[in-house]
Formats: sequence, structure tokens, C-alpha cells
Amino acid sequence: MGLFDFIRLKPAKKVAGNKGDKKGNKVDRGFLVFENTSEVIRAEKVLKSEGWEVRVMGPPPEIQTGCDLVIEFPLIEELKILSTLQKAGVSPIKVVPVEHPLLQPVELFQLKDFGQYLMVRAANMKLTVEKESLKIVNVSGGGCPDVPYLAQELINKPLKEAPQPRDLGFTLCGYALQLAYEEMQRQFKA
Amino acid sequence: MLMLVGTVPINGQEVYIGEGNIVNNKIAIGNQVFPINRGTAAMIAAACVVCKEYGLPRPLCVVSGDIGLGEGSAGLYRYLRDYIPRLIPQIMALHYIMPNWYYHDEFIRAVMSLRQKPILIADAGFMYVAKMSGFAPKYDIFTPDLGELTYLADGEAPHPFYTRGFIFHMEDRVEELIKMAYQEENAAQFLLVKGKTDYICRGGEILLKIDEPDIPELEAIGGTGDTITGMIAALVCKGLSKEKALEISAKANRIAGKLACPTPATQIFEIITRIPEALDYIREI
Repeated sequence: MGLFDFIRLKPAKKVAGNKGDKKGNKVDRGFLVFENTSEVIRAEKVLKSEGWEVRVMGPPPEIQTGCDLVIEFPLIEELKILSTLQKAGVSPIKVVPVEHPLLQPVELFQLKDFGQYLMVRAANMKLTVEKESLKIVNVSGGGCPDVPYLAQELINKPLKEAPQPRDLGFTLCGYALQLAYEEMQRQFKA
Repeated sequence: MLMLVGTVPINGQEVYIGEGNIVNNKIAIGNQVFPINRGTAAMIAAACVVCKEYGLPRPLCVVSGDIGLGEGSAGLYRYLRDYIPRLIPQIMALHYIMPNWYYHDEFIRAVMSLRQKPILIADAGFMYVAKMSGFAPKYDIFTPDLGELTYLADGEAPHPFYTRGFIFHMEDRVEELIKMAYQEENAAQFLLVKGKTDYICRGGEILLKIDEPDIPELEAIGGTGDTITGMIAALVCKGLSKEKALEISAKANRIAGKLACPTPATQIFEIITRIPEALDYIREI
């Protein structure tokens, strides 16, 4: 299901960014639209590893299909960024200047200490690890179809050896689980 | 007829249709078997347990494989669009699916074309797309957790991943968020908000709060919300009012959780096996 295959012809009842708040507009920024969320995650990884300052954001209402991400980037760097992505084999299907404020993803984390276990929550996803063995023991929350698959692949594996959710996930729930995974790693590094 | 719909975590886009049953600790749908894991499988397993407990017909299950690419979800949406007018389900519980407005619009059009609209219960991805499509009031029951309630309350959020900054400061604001979700017309007729305290609501009014037994470990266990959805669907099929079905499901889930003596590492099947005992306990109350 490509992002632009199902652009909504009529506006949804509630549209983000259409409330006239011009303060958030940044004409110096653009966003990269990809075929699916998996490609967004791959492109983010490529660009960050090359040192670009990019952010994964929610798309503006006119191109939302319901479970999407876009990458916000400095427009001035467009050519270099597109070249980097082309070399990596993850070219966007469209580059669009930012005209409305993009939705901010959740960046905060919530920790719950169960004594023998630690749970990290990022947005709607929760990851739980046994402290002594650092084994992933549970994954909960979410509603996109890759969540049960990710849980199946992560549970009972040590945190260090488990696949990263971003390498297997395709959706916003998968992305949120990646954030929880990274926070869990930070917790045990500390 | 009770129809249960959702994706399961296998590769492949085929849509499997058949009566659901539990066989050797797995769910069987027609000739296919699937492990009982979090998500759609947990919902189906819980519904099957309740149907068996009360001697109800087995639910009709419609599932497809989808590991997040959305192709299996697309197959499900198309199946529903084409077959709902022929199958005419009375109750539908709709669960893990890739949210897609376009397909959802087709689904809801097919539902609204029926002479009698089925009772629609949505959770997970189907609840996300129901909200963003603007058709939430057409649904009878949503079962959000606290994070998802925030998403329903936030008229601009297209997914629970995006909420405008209040997602982590909401535990003491549940009643306010419930009102916002109804005011924004993002709620079904009934909500069961799952959390430390469960809230049963109708049309913005809180009918009941349930907070006992309190088992904090259940939050970490994947599938504990899915089992509630499955139980609600089966209990509505039994003929209970929606309000009563929500109450019994919320209580039975907590009691089944307690009976399983869980840790955060417990897996959902251990709790599902305790549902009959939990229902017996509620009958004795």
C-alpha cells in the first residue's frame, strides 16, 4: 500500500496543521515521502549514519493514509540528501516543502520497575526485560500488524542479541518499539 | 453470527476463513492452526473459551497473514467489503490491521448497506482507523488503553505515536480525556478504557469503574487487552447487554490474571486458560 496510492480525496473530519498557526511553519524545511514506513526507517538510518540532522515526523493531513511517517530535512541540502539516499537504494517517492507544522512524535519515555523486571514505555509500546539476564520477556501495546510479529522475534532473546525492531518493523508501532528498545539499552548502559 | 477479524504474524497474504476453536493449545481456523500469541490470536482464543463455556456456536474467524507490510490487511479489508453483504454478521470484533482510510471507507459503506447494522467492536489498528476516518460514532464498542484514549481525545493525532504532549501526564486526567474523546466524536457508543482502573462509559458518561483485583504485572504482558475484546464479543453474542458484557469482561480479565499468578514474563496463553475459572468466580459473586 503505497503512500500515494490512497491519498484521501475528501479531507478527513479533523485535519492536523490547518488551524492557522503559522508560527510552526518552516519554509526552510522539506519532507521526504516514501513508499512505506519500512523505507522511512531505513532512510533515517542511512541519513543519520551520514551525519545529517533529520527527524522522523507525522505527515501533513493531505497525504496521510493512517499510519505514516515522513522525514523532515533542511531543504537546502536536498540534492546531497537525495544522492545519499539513491546510493543507498532508498529513494523517496516525493520531496515536498513543509507548509504546515508536522506532527511531533512522542519522545518521552516512562519506566516501570517491577523489581526483577524493568518495563519501558514509548508512546503506545511497552518492552519488558528481566534485569539479571537482560532477556526480553514481553512486548505489549500497539495495534499495527507488525507488533505480534516483532514480539515473536524479540521475546526470550537477550537485549544485545535480539534483532532491532527497526530492522523488522514496518509501522509506527514498530518505530515506537524501536524507541523503547533504545531507551532500554540506555538504561542498562547507565 | 459472531465474526472475529484481524491479522496474524505470518508471511503471506491469504485470507483464512472458518470456525474458530482451540486445539492443542493453538487456535484452529478451518484447517489452519495458529499459535496463541498476543493480538488477533489472543482475541480469538478468549472468545472461543467464552463461547465454549456458555455453549455458544463457534465464532466465524477471518484472518490473514501480515507482518506489517499491509498486504494481508488489504486482503482482509477487501474480503470484508465483498462478503459482509452475503455473510450478514450480527456482531463483529475487528482487531489488528494496518490502518488505511481508503479501505476503511469501503468497509463501512458495506456495513451501512446492511438492513441491520452489526454490533461493531474495534480495538488496536481497527480502532485507530475507525477514529481517523471520522466514523467512530458508527461503532458500538472501543476498548482503548490509556495511551489510546489520549489518541482518541486528540483530534489531530493520526496514530497513538503522535499525541500533542500530554500522553505521559494523563493518569489523573482520564475522565477529562473521555469527555474530550466524545466531544471530538472520536469515541464509539461505549468505551472500555483499560488501565489501573477500568472505565466503562456510554456517550461520555462514566457508568462504572473497576479497580479490583489490581494486578500491575498485567500491563507488561502482551495480549491482556486483546483477551478483553474477545470476551466482550462472545458475551454480547450470548445476549448480554453491552454494558454488562464490558463489566464482566473487565472483571474476568483481572481475575484470570490473578489466578495465573503472573510475573511480567508471563505469556498470554497462561491467562486465557484461567478465563473459565474467572467466569465461574464472577457467577458466584
